[in-house]
Formats: sequence, structure tokens, C-alpha cells
Amino acid sequence: MNAPLALNRRDLMLAGGGFTLAFTILRGGRAQAMADARPQAGDPAAAAADGAPAFAPNAFIRIDRAGPVRLVMPNVEMGQGVYTGEATLMAEELDIGLDQVVLEHAPPNEALYAMPALKMQATGGSTSTRAAWQVLREAGAVARVMLVGAAAKNWSVDPAACTVERGVVHHAASGRTATYGELAEAAARQPVPPKVTLKDPKDFALIGKSFRRLDTAAKVDGSAIYGMDASTPGMKIAVVVQCPIYGGRVKSVDDSAARAVPGVRDVIHLDDAVAVSGDHFWAAKTGADALKIEWDGGEHADFSTAALFKGLDDSSLNGKALVAREVGDVGRGGGHRLDAVYQVPMLAHAPMEPLNALVHVRPDACEIWVGTQVPVRCVDAAAAVTGLPADKIILHNHYLGGGFGRRLEEDSVRLAVRIAKPLGYPVKVIWTREQDIQHDVPRPAYHDRIGAVLGGDGLPVAWTDRVTSESVMRRWVPAGLRKDGLDSDTVEGSAEPPYDFPNLRVEWVRHDMPNGMAVGWWRGVGPTHNLFKVESFIDECAHAAGKDPVAYRRALLQKNPRVLGVLNLAAEKMGWDSPRSGGRIGRGVAVASPFGSHVCTMVEIEVSAQGEIRLLRSVSAVDCGMVVNPNTVEAQIQGGLVFGWTGALYSQITYEGGAVQQSNFNDYRMMRMNETPPLEVHIVHSSEAPGGIGEVGTAIAAPALGNAIFAATGMRIRTLPIDRGLLVQDKGAQKAVLTALPLGALVLAGAAVAGSGRSDAGEEA
Amino acid sequence: MFTLNVNGQSHDVDVPPDMPLLWVLRDVVGLTGTKFGCGVAQCGACTVHVAGQAMRSCVLPVSALGSRPVTTVEAVGQTPAGQKVQQAWLEIEVVQCGYCQSGQVMSAAALLTHTPDPTDADIDAAMSGNICRCGTYARIREAIKLAATGRTTAMPTVPIAAPAGPGAQS
Ligand code: FES
Ligand code: FES
Repeated sequence: MNAPLALNRRDLMLAGGGFTLAFTILRGGRAQAMADARPQAGDPAAAAADGAPAFAPNAFIRIDRAGPVRLVMPNVEMGQGVYTGEATLMAEELDIGLDQVVLEHAPPNEALYAMPALKMQATGGSTSTRAAWQVLREAGAVARVMLVGAAAKNWSVDPAACTVERGVVHHAASGRTATYGELAEAAARQPVPPKVTLKDPKDFALIGKSFRRLDTAAKVDGSAIYGMDASTPGMKIAVVVQCPIYGGRVKSVDDSAARAVPGVRDVIHLDDAVAVSGDHFWAAKTGADALKIEWDGGEHADFSTAALFKGLDDSSLNGKALVAREVGDVGRGGGHRLDAVYQVPMLAHAPMEPLNALVHVRPDACEIWVGTQVPVRCVDAAAAVTGLPADKIILHNHYLGGGFGRRLEEDSVRLAVRIAKPLGYPVKVIWTREQDIQHDVPRPAYHDRIGAVLGGDGLPVAWTDRVTSESVMRRWVPAGLRKDGLDSDTVEGSAEPPYDFPNLRVEWVRHDMPNGMAVGWWRGVGPTHNLFKVESFIDECAHAAGKDPVAYRRALLQKNPRVLGVLNLAAEKMGWDSPRSGGRIGRGVAVASPFGSHVCTMVEIEVSAQGEIRLLRSVSAVDCGMVVNPNTVEAQIQGGLVFGWTGALYSQITYEGGAVQQSNFNDYRMMRMNETPPLEVHIVHSSEAPGGIGEVGTAIAAPALGNAIFAATGMRIRTLPIDRGLLVQDKGAQKAVLTALPLGALVLAGAAVAGSGRSDAGEEA
Repeated sequence: MFTLNVNGQSHDVDVPPDMPLLWVLRDVVGLTGTKFGCGVAQCGACTVHVAGQAMRSCVLPVSALGSRPVTTVEAVGQTPAGQKVQQAWLEIEVVQCGYCQSGQVMSAAALLTHTPDPTDADIDAAMSGNICRCGTYARIREAIKLAATGRTTAMPTVPIAAPAGPGAQS
């Protein structure tokens, strides 16, 4: 065991010389559809880069005379289990076992590996399985037809009379057998079938079963290689200090103390950052700490979070609203009107692996070792910095120690190339956690003005929702904007609520960050922000109508059976109709259809007299269509929930004087083991097309929690992260207790005030 | 110059005395299984065993080590507790991105060495210093219980089919 993926094999081959062949040719841009055949004949360089497989019918499958089938993964593995899922799709149609394959990271090559849903080689938006579902099964089926065709030709029999089991072709009548390896060369001479028939789902042998993930063994014994672990001979380590203020510049640097640190090699001066390289991280870090830098903050030096939210509020009232979706006429009919403002903060991604990139810039080429969701963008950034043509940029992709959207940006690679360029030797630029949190491309803040008119039966007859925010899309993928400039991500989860609203109007007002301050995608993207508001506000409506939150939703979901299905399943498993009583215990529900899947999460919590929130139990039901690997679905919902609750409970990036105020896990907190409740996940059996799953749990987490807090305390959470101060019982008494008693006495103090009355129902946060 | 005993092997390293063990392991000895997550003892990604105790190597100056032996994730599988933990991790399918898991495995192995049958409170106390950004905590808890008792609790609502074999390792 131990060698993580066949990537190592490639790296070894590269280290042995001739590395420029490796990915440069592949980047050459033969325009081919994803599952088109890609015979190696006549393209010796590409064949060599692939390890000269005997049979390479398309971009994803490599079969050699001996050894396992090699599968090239178009998406990157960042914990979401996509390697196992994508391998399962191909293995299913190939009729091989998952123990008969090895996986390779795809090289940067948009022509071959662009995902249809994103139209670029990128992993994100919970698109991987949805996009790969057809393409990778076809890739497997094409290979199988050619392999079987080769056997049938050898034996002069009808291909239809041949069967395949575990990569062995068998002709029952004659009793002949041949392995895929034995057939590889002959298969390469077979015509590529213009059309293939995919398996009927009832014949699936692998899809729908929980197979153990293929990347885990190396991740429990320390042998998996992340970008952080990459190395190359002669490598130095660099630590970078970026201007604390976005867009600021270095005014002056005194680097004499840094240069005096033993082990420090070079100090690299950039206009917006200073880096120190050394023999090891500690030398570089000690050197970086010894730098005396004077910054010119530039035009953002007075940027603050308070000013941002004031600006959002102004734009919400006075800005130009684009209508994302309109149904009926929200002005029609009267009734009980409810209005609310919801706000969510800017967020850092804080993947467990801080950003890093190993770069070697040579006169003729630039080599990069990194874990990225966007390999082609990294190549393009390196080409721009070095002035080298893109085909001289060699990028080795690695496992990602978490992505969550952060590794959809190429900024860290661009910076690393800038640092490496003057050095000549290979240098691994490692961001400290402080740099990682303070120089994120953060999730933008959102301001939402939402309203409803309830009819005589208490159900909404009109629903209005105005989102105000910066647009990630206009920077990241401007082609995705609607003609009038609407960024559909900002209203995803708002524009099409699952409920039966006769009149609805959803709008977006663009509010630019000052002078191009970049904001980015964060796990769950649009739905993470929108579901919090929609599912909290529908709870407000239920409360105003005097109805049970589940019964109220049921009444609105009669035309939406799949959503109703997950709601009912979760309610049954939770025992929603027999709530726990006593104390400040409450249950919350949220239901929605993010990323083509349908999900309901219920959570039971307890709020202490001091306002501390404890999650006791959670039950989720998910209908994500046909499931490739149920265990992965469960894991993604569980992990996604923790990610979403971490955000709701703790996370915000705030600015003062233009600089981020948070720095590490002490002030950018994460949920921990002792805070995590049992996380039940129930999967609905379905034969519908597969939905996304990697972000579903994150998107549904916060509203379920907010609604549980309302049930427990009567306090409506409309601003994230949740302000515990609002949940303190009997605030006057509490303050006295907190100041009068040492910390250890808090438990007793809590008991003393626990009998005091609840906050008034309907209070707002 | 310091002489370290890492995973039963002796290493002479010429490094500054205040250099944390983490970076000596990663950048000098060449063992990259121990991870950097925060550098300030907040996340546990860098956890190693020093004379059998779980310690955060990012804040442990190499000069403070003395002659105490160090075990890292690369070798913890050779200890009875470490082996059980790694096996249980695969059994319960704990891992997502995996970056925190070296540290999780080390903390869990130390817990089981000293507390062979831990309660939920023991698990909370031993494991709450280890952050998992992917949120694998519920499965970590189950895996520790499996490693301790050989039994799983009611956790998996999805059965795991027969193992598919070593697949990705070559
Ligand atoms: S890196 Fe040592 S605790 Fe985080
Ligand atoms: S598995 Fe990704 S941080 Fe724990």
C-alpha cells in the first residue's frame, strides 16, 4: 500500500526526465467531446504521458497488457468521495470490480476534462456526479464494446454471445475466455462505436451500493500526498506576509533582521507582499516574523463591516432591483402582512489544509505542485506571471485538504509563482493559518428583505423577497450572468421555493464591494444563504398563523411530492408529533430542494440560561435521485450539516480599518467533537436522475437550527452568526451573575436563573 | 544538533532549538503524515505521540523533547491501539478530505492506550482538541467505539457493502 494514486507513478516518471512531455502535450487542446475516443496511435507524446497504455479509448480509461485498469478522474477529490463515485460509474459499465482499478488525477486539459455543467475543468457547485453520470458511464460502455468486439473478432463469434465478469470476456458456447489486458491491443484497433446502450438501472451491480472509498487507506496512515506534502529536489520553503488591507501596498521594508535568521535564504519583495524563503518552514516563518514592514493601506483603509451592512441596507432600499422571478401579482389581495430583514456575514473557508503551492520557475518552463479545484485557471495564471506559453506550465494536481470553494480560486498559485519567479529554485509557499483566514476570497455578505401576506387560512397569498449583495459570478464566470446582469446564484433557493405560492416576486439588487474587493463561492453557494432566510421566514409565517411548522409546510407542499416525501420521512423518524418537553428544549425543521436534490433536516436543541446552544439530535431525510454510493451520501449530509452549523454558530469575517479582525481557530471557531450531536440520515429510494449532494447538508443546516432556537426560546434568529447574548434568560440577573461569579460557578448560576420566564415570543435577532 | 528517536529510528538534526517538532518531522526528517493546520495548538492536525502521550507538535520545541521517543501516524499502526484505530477508521468510513485524520488517529490511539473503553465524555475530552473541517465527528465517535469494543452502535443508517479491496493503493 502507501503510494497514493497513480499520481506518484507519474511523478516518478517525470522525475526520471522528459517531464516536459507530461502534461504539456495534453494541454495542446485537441477539441474533443468528453467521451470521444482518443486513440494513442500517431500521438506518441500523449501516449508516453499516459504511461503508454495499450488501449485508451477515451480520456478516462487506460488499459494495459497487465495490471489494473487505470481510470482518470475528471474531478478532484476534496473529501466528497467523488473519486469513488466516478470510478463506480465507469466500472459499472466496464463490468469490472472496484478492486481492479487504480485512479489518476486528470491533468489540466479543458478540451478533455471540462465538466458539461460548468463548461470548464472545475470541481464545484455539487455538479460532479450530476455531470459525470452520463459521460462516465458512456466512457465505460464504449470501452467495453471495443474490448468485447476484439474478443469476438479473435474468436469469430457474435459479440452479443459474449459476457463479461470482472474484466474477463467469456464466450459460453466455446468456453473461451480472455482478460481485458490480453484484449487491450486488439481493442485499440476496433472501431469506436458511434452509440452505446447503457445498462438498465435494475442490472446495476455497483451503482447504488456502499463500496468502501478508494482514497481512505492512505489517509489514515499518513501516506496520502496533499499539495502541502509535495516536494522536489532542492526545494525551499517560503512564508508570505500580504498587506493586511485588501489592495494595499508595501511602503517600506527593513529585512535586515529577517536575513540574519539562520536558514533564511532570500527575501522576496513584491508590491503587495513580502516573502521569506528558507531551508525549512521554521526558518522562513521566523524570518517573516522579523520583517519590519510599513504598509500603504490605499483606498480600503477605512473599510469596515459596519459600513458594508449600512451600504447593503441603502442599496436594498434605493438600488436598482432586477426581477429574478415573478408569478402572479404580489400586490393583489389583502391579509395579514409580515416583513423581516435577514442578514448573513462574510465568511472565510478555512479548509483544514492551509493554502500552499510548490512552484519551480525555470527559463523554459514552470512546474507547479498544488491541490486545486481549477487546474486550468492555475496554469493560465502561471502563464500570465511568467510570460511562458501555457503549454510550458506543468501542473501536478494533488489531493485537497478541503476545498469548500477556496480552491476554486487561483490567487495563491499566482502569488506563489510571483514569489518563485526571481528565485530560480523550487519553493513551496505555505500560508500560515492567519494568512489563510485574513486573505481569503471570502463569501460575500447578504442582506435580504422578505415579506408575505397571509390569507384567511394562514397560508401565504403573496411572497416577496429582495436579495442585496455583491455578485461572485460577475467576476468568476461573467458569461453566466443573465442578459440584464442578474446573477442567478444570489437568488438560488429564493427564486423557486418548493411551496405553492400563488403570487411571488423575487428580486436582486447588486451592491458592489469597494473597488473590486474579490468575494468567492462558499460551500452551498446561493442556497446556503437563501435557505436560511426562506426556511426561517416560512417558520415565521407558520407561527403567525398559529400552525405547527411541519403541518404548515405540508399544506404548502401538496403539489411537490418529492419534497413532501422527505418532510414526512424526517418527521416520522424524528417523532415530530411527540416532542420532548421541559426546559428550553426545542425542535426546528427546514426543507428544500438545493442542487437538484430534496432534503429535510430536523434538529433538537437545548439553550442554556446563559444562551449557550447544545445540539441534542438531528434527523435528515434526503432524496437525491439515483444514488451512486449511499454511504457517501450519508457522509456528505453529516459533514455538510456540521459545516453549516459551524457557520451559523460561530463564523464571520469582519473588517475594521480595512483589515480582517479574525486570524486563527481561536477567533474563527469551528464546531468540535463535543458539540456534534448524533446525525441520522435517511435516504429515499428513487430512480430519478441523480442530484448533487456535497453542499446539500450545509445549505439546510442553519435554518433548522434557527427554527429550533425559536421553538426553545421564542427568539427569532435573523442574523448570523447567532448572537448568544440574545438567548440569555433574564438578562439583568444574568449580567450580575456573570460578573460576580468565577467561571466554575456558571453551572450553578445557570440553575439559579433557569426558572425565570422566557423571552417574549416573536422577539427578533 | 539534536538526536531524535522517531518511529524507532534515530535522526541527527541540525536545527534551531526553538523549532517545533512538526517542522523537524516534515521538513527535515521528511515525514509528511503529520499535518500543519494552525500552528498554535488549536486544531490537533499535528498530533504525535511523545513517550506515548498525545502532543501538539506545532508548539513543541525540539529542544524540549529530550530523549523521549516520538511516534507519528506513519508508524502508529505498529502499536495495538493504533492498528485498531486505523482499522476502525476504514470500517466506519470516517475519512473525507483526510487532512485532519492523521491527528484524529493519533489522538484516538492515545485515548485508547490509556482508556481502553472510553465513555462519550472520555471521547469528548480526548478528541475535542482535534478540528475536522469536513465534520466527520459523528463517525469518529463511532469508530473509536468500534476500536474499543469491536461493536458498532446504531450509527450507520446506510450499510457498507463488502469491502471493495485496496483499489487506489498500488
Ligand atoms: S497545527 Fe498544531 S494544533 Fe493545529
Ligand atoms: S476529513 Fe477533512 S478536515 Fe477532517
